[in-house]
Amino acid sequence: MIRFFHVTKEYARTGAALKDASFRVSKGEFVFLTGPSGSGKSTILKLAFAEERPTSGEVRVVGMNVSKLRRRDVPQLRRKLGIVFQDFRLLDDRTAEENVAFALEVTGTPRNAIPGKVARLLQQVGLGSKAASYPNQLSGGEQQRVAIARALANDPYVVIADEPTGNLDGRATNGVFQLLQDINMGGTAVLMATHDLDLVRRADYRVLELNRGQIVYDSAETETPAPSEL
Amino acid sequence: MLLTVREALMSFKRAPLLSALSIMMIAFSLFSFGLFALVAINFRQELGRVEERVQLQAFVDDSTSVTTLTDAVGLAARYPEVQRAAPITREEALARAREVMPEFQDVFDAEFLPASIEVQMKEGFRDAASVKRVADRLSEMPYVNDVRYGEEFVQQLDAIRTVATGTGIALGTAFALVAIIIIAATIRITVLARAREISIMRLVGATDGFVRRPFLLEGLLTGVAGGLFALLLLRGAHALVTRLEFVNALFLDMNMALAGIAAGGLLGFLGSAFAVRRHLRQV
Repeated sequence: MIRFFHVTKEYARTGAALKDASFRVSKGEFVFLTGPSGSGKSTILKLAFAEERPTSGEVRVVGMNVSKLRRRDVPQLRRKLGIVFQDFRLLDDRTAEENVAFALEVTGTPRNAIPGKVARLLQQVGLGSKAASYPNQLSGGEQQRVAIARALANDPYVVIADEPTGNLDGRATNGVFQLLQDINMGGTAVLMATHDLDLVRRADYRVLELNRGQIVYDSAETETPAPSEL
Repeated sequence: MLLTVREALMSFKRAPLLSALSIMMIAFSLFSFGLFALVAINFRQELGRVEERVQLQAFVDDSTSVTTLTDAVGLAARYPEVQRAAPITREEALARAREVMPEFQDVFDAEFLPASIEVQMKEGFRDAASVKRVADRLSEMPYVNDVRYGEEFVQQLDAIRTVATGTGIALGTAFALVAIIIIAATIRITVLARAREISIMRLVGATDGFVRRPFLLEGLLTGVAGGLFALLLLRGAHALVTRLEFVNALFLDMNMALAGIAAGGLLGFLGSAFAVRRHLRQV
């Protein structure tokens, strides 16, 4: 699904954000990306959905080579991914169902198929009754659920989540995490950046730990706990 | 297409103040250019009236027969620069003289006045060079003694025309550029106001074309609305000037008015195209 091969990303002003990173996320896998702020978690995610291009090395996502991806092919890649952010990134002037429908309209889904699918997606994230609510009428947890429903709209191979629980309280965090686990159970790979170690300990998923742009730990390769857990 | 129309119309509904502001900015930019155009059109019209007075008088020899004079008039009328050529007999010359000069009131004998060919120039040929060319050709006719055309007046007209054209082009370009810059800046603001929406659209897999289309339609509609509003303002200003100054100033004709509205639409469309293109390159 996702393959990083000796990937380095350097920025002109701040220097290397990622150094020689290599890893692979397989089909249906759930992987946590952990590490302190500025360790390179978001850079990995941005490279995965082609917001950034690697300085060197190769990034392959759902069969596409991000390193060589032309600008006009980026939408094709993103339609195979579901992307979730800490700040939800919903359109404030559209209702929950309009936000989800928007992702389907963008990809050219037939108009008559959209309402049914939107209703199913909102049902799936537990917001069937709040379809007509605007983001500012929803709690943080509910807004993130709408964002997840939108991410699932185009049946992605991988869900990429950047600190999806970062703005949520404990209860909402549990709900959103459970939702991501359910999605993963359905066969969709999940790559989730988080610094919430409680969440990481709670499930037995693979952990990739980053520090200063380098992958310092991969639970798939060693039995010892992650450095951050010592 | 339906989606593009819906998104474009929704953006007016979502940000009515910004949309109204954009329309007003475009309207006032086009209005100021339109005012300049009106002044230019009216000046041109007045200049045209003065230019109509450009005419040549080719005085013929006393021995010239009426038939020869008529033939000469026919010949002159076929010159490409000539709008109209007419024979002026001695009697007509005297009648005219008595009309404009009181000292001729007591003169009843036309013998001392020569007959002539009166030539009016076509529009576009009322400049000194063309007039002189025709004068020279008329002079070459064997029975023509003298050709007069108010050389100084024609040269002054030339000078006025040159200054007016130069000033017109310079001011017109400046007004048009200012209008374009203001419109481009206004549209850029509307695009920046929706930067978040654009980034979200791209995140969920929208192509650049999908992002761009509603903006282009919105730009076109805003521009057309601005053009219409500018036309209304211009009409008002024209009515006011006509009433206050008691002058019957010309207004834009239908084609010009339509061209103004189309220019608004085109500027809105192109302004949006550039603004979105530039924005998309940065995200």
